[in-house]
Amino acid sequence: MTRFLRCGREAVLAEVDDLDAALALYASLRAARLPGVVDLVPAARTVLIRLDPAVTSLAAVRRAAAALRPGDADRAAGGTVEIPVLYDGPDLAEVADHLGISVDEVVARHTGARWTVAFSGFAPGFGYLTGDDPTLDVPRRTSPRTRIPAGSVGLAGRFSGVYPNDSPGGWQLIGSTTERMWDLSRPEPALLVPGVRVSFVVRR
Amino acid sequence: MRMTVLRTGPLTVIKDAGRPGHAHQGVAPSGAVDRGAYERANALVGNAPGAAVLECTLGGLRVSFDEPAVVALTGTDAVLTVDGVAAGEVVTVPAGAVVAVTMPRRGLRSYLAVRGGIDVPPVLGSRSTDQLAGVGPARPAPGDILPVGPPRPVGPPPPVGPPPAPPARVATGPLEVDLGPRDDWFTAEAIATFLGAEYTVSPAGDSIGLRLDGPALTRARSAELPSEGVVRGSVQVPPDGLPIVFQADHPVTGGYPVIAVLTPESADRAAQLRPGATIRFTRAPD
Repeated sequence: MTRFLRCGREAVLAEVDDLDAALALYASLRAARLPGVVDLVPAARTVLIRLDPAVTSLAAVRRAAAALRPGDADRAAGGTVEIPVLYDGPDLAEVADHLGISVDEVVARHTGARWTVAFSGFAPGFGYLTGDDPTLDVPRRTSPRTRIPAGSVGLAGRFSGVYPNDSPGGWQLIGSTTERMWDLSRPEPALLVPGVRVSFVVRR
Repeated sequence: MRMTVLRTGPLTVIKDAGRPGHAHQGVAPSGAVDRGAYERANALVGNAPGAAVLECTLGGLRVSFDEPAVVALTGTDAVLTVDGVAAGEVVTVPAGAVVAVTMPRRGLRSYLAVRGGIDVPPVLGSRSTDQLAGVGPARPAPGDILPVGPPRPVGPPPPVGPPPAPPARVATGPLEVDLGPRDDWFTAEAIATFLGAEYTVSPAGDSIGLRLDGPALTRARSAELPSEGVVRGSVQVPPDGLPIVFQADHPVTGGYPVIAVLTPESADRAAQLRPGATIRFTRAPD
């Protein structure tokens, strides 16, 4: 059941029960291309719908969004991306300790899980990936690093992610990739956009 | 035509109508912080909506052109001068003349438009510099030469209405909000405080957000809110209870509850608030 929350005069916040429902709603909104909708912001439990009040109204967008049936769009339409990772992160041993497993097992679980980009945020090109392995669950670092190199692969809670640019951050770093997460020379600069499925493979 | 940047003052950036449609990639719309003043500057010189202008914080901007140019200044009571002589809101300047924006006494962000618009290459469909995401044209620096586009091939500029109310009123008139999306995360007393108390604009503000000092707002729920999309004008309340008003370069998502959202007109007025200004919030009529 989608709840519509007021978000000023130019947006509606659609709230659903969980991440899966949010992804499904985002996919059907994206496929529906409602007139006057200028931006969609998927998140953990919501999709923010920004609109142009010169073209449409809050009421019209709420009605149209409520009429969408989940499954109207193919969630897998986002495609699949394979990211080669060198598992050499500074927090790899600590993550293994925290989970009570070996470093090799951390790598096996990270590469064995099926990941999906749930939403973007933090920085352009940063995708929050959710996986199907509930055991990969680690707290953020108690003290964030002031500089994390671009391409660092991290874990936080049940999310994984790849830093698109050098930036500060508090995720546990388990590896690195040379794949570019954000490249303005591409038509869509972000490699990881919501709905894309991701698999990590060991780069040797 | 080309514009030469002679001085930039404390902060001058290139802005336009913004960069919608990229939030799913983690890029916010950005665009001019005071949209109304930006649109008016373009209208005054006869530009199509969406043309790029210079957004100048606290004056000090000086430029010149290699051909006669039509320029306009809006947003504050800063004065547009041509070779040191005060000009009107819109003026034709000769080639080589020094066009300057004085320090405003009221308001914060002035918009300098030139007929033809600033024609730097767009990034993701926009010429706005998003200072948070680091997307868009570089900040102009003294000595930079910026291309100016061809004028729109139409007749005289369309008439524009009278200038908006002077920004001085911003300091005393309440900013209008619609409650939500997360007003139910706050106690009834917090909502009453939010809609009644006086807040002071803190010095730690920029085009990303305005921080406010005043009575803290108490939450009715202690749970952590999963991050969700925010808009320009969202009033977010972090754990210290002091509201932050998001401006054009806001992050795509926020992790604290948004108690209310400013109307677009009030978001424009907030763009002109200086540190130390006192404000109140009131509910906007439906």
